[in-house]
Amino acid sequence: MQENNRGLGLFTLLVYLFLLGPLVIIALSSFEPGTVLKFPPTGFSLRWYQKIFEVEMFMKTFKTSMAVSLLGNLFALLLGIPAAYALSRFPFKGKDALNAVFLSPVLIPGIVLGFTMLKFLIVTYHLPIYTGLLVGHTVVMLPFIIRVVESSLANFDFAVEEAALSLGAGRLQTFFRVVLPNIKSGIIAAVLIAFLESFNNVDISVFMTGPGVSTLPIQMLTYVENYFDPTIAAISVLLMALTAVLMFVIERLMGLSYFTKR
Amino acid sequence: MKKKVLVLLLPGLLFLTAFMLVPIVITVGSTFVHDGAFTLEGYMHFFGDTFFLKILFTTLEVSLVTTLMCIVLGFPVAYYISRRGRRQKSLLLALAIFPLLTSSVVRSFSWMIILGKKGLLNNALIALGLIKEPMDILYTPAAMMIGLVHLFLPLIIITLVGVMENIDPDLIKAAESLGASRFSAFRKVIVPLSVPGLIIGSILVFVGSLTAYTTPALLGGKQKVISTFLYQNAITLNDWYSASVIATIMMAITFAVIAIMNKIANTLNPKG
Repeated sequence: MQENNRGLGLFTLLVYLFLLGPLVIIALSSFEPGTVLKFPPTGFSLRWYQKIFEVEMFMKTFKTSMAVSLLGNLFALLLGIPAAYALSRFPFKGKDALNAVFLSPVLIPGIVLGFTMLKFLIVTYHLPIYTGLLVGHTVVMLPFIIRVVESSLANFDFAVEEAALSLGAGRLQTFFRVVLPNIKSGIIAAVLIAFLESFNNVDISVFMTGPGVSTLPIQMLTYVENYFDPTIAAISVLLMALTAVLMFVIERLMGLSYFTKR
Repeated sequence: MKKKVLVLLLPGLLFLTAFMLVPIVITVGSTFVHDGAFTLEGYMHFFGDTFFLKILFTTLEVSLVTTLMCIVLGFPVAYYISRRGRRQKSLLLALAIFPLLTSSVVRSFSWMIILGKKGLLNNALIALGLIKEPMDILYTPAAMMIGLVHLFLPLIIITLVGVMENIDPDLIKAAESLGASRFSAFRKVIVPLSVPGLIIGSILVFVGSLTAYTTPALLGGKQKVISTFLYQNAITLNDWYSASVIATIMMAITFAVIAIMNKIANTLNPKG
C-alpha cells in the first residue's frame, strides 16, 4: 500500500534535509580556498585535500587505524566464527546466557569499556598501548561478527552439513568446504560492518593513545580543538566516500535488512 | 557434543573474560571498597555534590529531549517509508543508514560549521534580519541535543521501519473500510502495533545519548555530560577512583533504563 499523504511526504523531505544537509555542507566547504572553514565556500580549491597527505600525523594515524581495524577484524573472526557456529548449530544448556555474553560489548557504554580497558590492559596487564588498542577493537568488533554470522547460519540448512559428514568427510573439512562457502557473503558483510564500527570508534581509542600511538578519529578530534581550517572537512569527505563504498558492498552482499532488524 | 561446543566457544569466552568482564567487574567492585572495608563513601560524595548532580541532570535532560525529538521526527518518517514501493523504500533506507555508518566525528563536526558564532545558521538569520547579534548555540546543551538527534534519528527510523513494514496493510484497509478515518486508522492500528519498535528504538536512542562521548565533547564546550566528565576524571585529573564511580553509575543507569523499558514492553505485550 502506498501512502500518498503530501504533508507526510514534505515532512519526510525536511527530516532528510536535516539528516543529509550537514554532510553536504561539510563536503562543499572542504573546497574552501581560504584558511578558515566556511559555508558557502568562497571559491574552489583542492589545497586542503593536498594538505591531508602532507600532515604526517594524519597519515600515521590513518595507517594505525587501518592496521588496528583489519588485524582486530581478523582476531574477531577467529574468535567469533567458531562461537557463532556453536551457538547456531548445537542445542545446549545456558545458550541464551552465552549469547548475551558474546553480544554484551555493545550493551556496555563505550566510554566505560574504554576506561576499564585502559585501567587493566595498559596498567594492570602491562600491554603496550598498540596491543591494548588492538584488543579493545577486537572486543568491539566481536558482537558484530557474531550477530551477522549467526544470522547467516540461520539461513543455512545444516542437513547439507550432515550429508557431507555421513558421506565420510571430516568435521573440519566439512566446515571449510561446505558450511563456510555457504555463508561467505554473510562473513564478508560482517567484516565490513565490524570494520566501520572499529574504524570510526572513538570511545575505546580515546583512552588508548600514547607517545606516537593514536587513531585517525582521535587525531581529528585533537585537530578540531586547535584549528578550524578545512582539513577536517576534506578528510570527512574521504571518509564518507569510503563509507559509501563499503555500504554499497554490504547492500550487494545481504541487502540492508540487517540494519532494520533488532 | 559438550566438549565440541566448549572448544568452539572457549577462545572467545576467555578473551572477553580477560579483557572485558574482569576489568569491568573489578572496576565496579573497587568502588565499594576502601581500606579493606565495604563503603558507599564514593557514591555519597558524588550524590551529595551539586556540581555532579547538575552534570547528571543535564545528561538525563539532554538524553530525554533527544529521545522525544527522535520519536516525534522519526515516527512519521518511518511510517511514510514503510508505505512506499520497494525501490523508494530501499533508497530512503539507504539514505538513513549512510549517516549512521559515517564517523560520529564527521557528523558532529558538521554541526560546528552550522552552529558556530560565524556559522551558517547565524549568518542566515542575520541576513534575513531575524537577529542582529549572532546567537550562542554552539557549546550549549541545545547544540548537544541537535547533534545527538542528528546522530540517532536514523537508528529510530530504521528500527521503526523494520517493525512497520511487517504490519499487514490489509489491517489498515479493514479499519478504513469499517469507517475509520485515515488518521484514526493510523492511531488505532499503526501506533499500537509499532510500540515494540518504538520501545527498542527509544532504548537505543536514550542509552546512546546518555553514553555518547564524541558529540558532547565537540558540541558541548565547557558544558559537561556524564561521559565527558568520566573522561575528564580519568585522563585530565587522573582521578581513577572517581572515574570508576562515574563508570559504575553510568552502567547502573544504562541497565536500569533497559530493564524498565523491557518491563514496559512486556506489560504492553505479554506474549512477547
